[in-house]
Amino acid sequence: MALQSLDIRRRSATTTAPPAARADASVELAKLIDVSKCIGCKACQTACMEWNDLRDEIGVNVGVYDNPPDLTDRSWTVMRFAEYENPKGDLEWLIRKDGCMHCGDPGCLKACPSPGAIVQYANGIVDFHEEHCIGCGFCIAGCPFNVPRISKKDNKAYKCTLCSDRVAVGLEPACVKTCPTGAITFGTKERMKQDAAERVTDLKSRGFANAGLYDPEGVGGTHVMYVLHHADQPALYSGLPAAPRVSPLVRLWKGAAKPLSLGLIVLAAIAGFMNYVRVGPKEVEPEDERAAQREKERIHD
Amino acid sequence: MTEKAHAPDLLLRHDSRDRVLHWLVVIAFFAAAASGLALFHPALFWLSNLLGGGPWSVILHPFVGLVMVVLFYIFARPLWQENKLEPYDRQWLSRIQDVVENRDEGLPEIGKYNAGQKLLYFVLVACMLVLLLSGLVIWRRYFAAYFPIGAVRLAAVLHAIAAFALVLGVVVHVSAAAWVKGSIRAMLVGTVTPGWAYKHHRVWFREKIRPTGGR
Repeated sequence: MALQSLDIRRRSATTTAPPAARADASVELAKLIDVSKCIGCKACQTACMEWNDLRDEIGVNVGVYDNPPDLTDRSWTVMRFAEYENPKGDLEWLIRKDGCMHCGDPGCLKACPSPGAIVQYANGIVDFHEEHCIGCGFCIAGCPFNVPRISKKDNKAYKCTLCSDRVAVGLEPACVKTCPTGAITFGTKERMKQDAAERVTDLKSRGFANAGLYDPEGVGGTHVMYVLHHADQPALYSGLPAAPRVSPLVRLWKGAAKPLSLGLIVLAAIAGFMNYVRVGPKEVEPEDERAAQREKERIHD
Repeated sequence: MTEKAHAPDLLLRHDSRDRVLHWLVVIAFFAAAASGLALFHPALFWLSNLLGGGPWSVILHPFVGLVMVVLFYIFARPLWQENKLEPYDRQWLSRIQDVVENRDEGLPEIGKYNAGQKLLYFVLVACMLVLLLSGLVIWRRYFAAYFPIGAVRLAAVLHAIAAFALVLGVVVHVSAAAWVKGSIRAMLVGTVTPGWAYKHHRVWFREKIRPTGGR
């Protein structure tokens, strides 16, 4: 929802500058999820439901711990459980809290055709304003992380807000507040990166040589970051993309194609009109009628 | 044929079936184009108001588009033969500069449609086909979830390209219709004068005035 206490960096389907008078004063914020500390208790899922008043359909057990099995319009975060057998033959339980990554360069916002339905605040949070959502689903095509979900009930797109309403008044997101192991932390992006670096050093000393921070460059960095024990293989974590980026097709569709085709259409219309003005209409002269009459008589004879 | 009585020497160019279908396609096209262009470029988002706002545009656009494709198919299917390119169409096309400059004397004699109209016909057929198929893939409410995300992205781009070609084609079509006096009347009331047919479509003119009469 429109939070006037937060300045806006980007606004969907808007070609003029968004309101950002105070943008310089805003620092970039980020949520850091330390996958190596997660115990899969799903308290974050519950806190998300509670704070955001979300009650999903009661589903069925699909044979794995994931519950619900996927993100939905009413489940904005889902723990994904992956069983990984490492080269030593030991089992590792890689549990990743999935949800919106709040990209620095959000594909959903780029793809959205409705002015103001998606905004990126100066603090980096990408927020859907459902009252402006028109239900086209372009955000789904734009997202490199397969996050937005359209409600069957109201045809609006929903996803994690990073608790923008809480953050706006100086609180941390609900999932952060509730996490019992401290696996989820929240603060300035700079600080989160420092914390992550310390944790990565720690993990490396404990035998995870490829531990690292997941803050992918291809989408301009994210405002939800992971500490991964196997940062060299993000796909181990239930298919986390190694090098996410907004698809080149979406860039073409929502980039150069827009001004180019609009310009050409306008140009064609002007050219047609100007040619009319320049050479005049094609009119049938009395001479043509007489010629037609002569031709007719010739054929009928 | 149940045509309104007209002056005996006027020639029937578009019968009532074709005229009604043509204008039905026009109406469907404008509704689809308005709602589609609104989603294509923010500068045109105001067009979504024509169909009752953003959500209504998204709801109606695919249905209106489907109606347009179906009507176009009914309209254009019988015109396939008449739009086959003939040798004289190539000659006519090679002198397009003279056509544009209104130097119409000595242009090749052509049939019911000129090469520009025929090319437009095939461009429209291709656009309609691409719009239909890609449109189904990106129809979020009913179909998009059944396709992989890569297919949806590709379909979105193809849909935009085909729509661009269609709109451009219509701009040319409308400009030409306004330019060639007598052609809008032909599509509204059906008839043209013999001089019009003689000047612009002489081969068709000869077929028409033959005692047996051509289409």
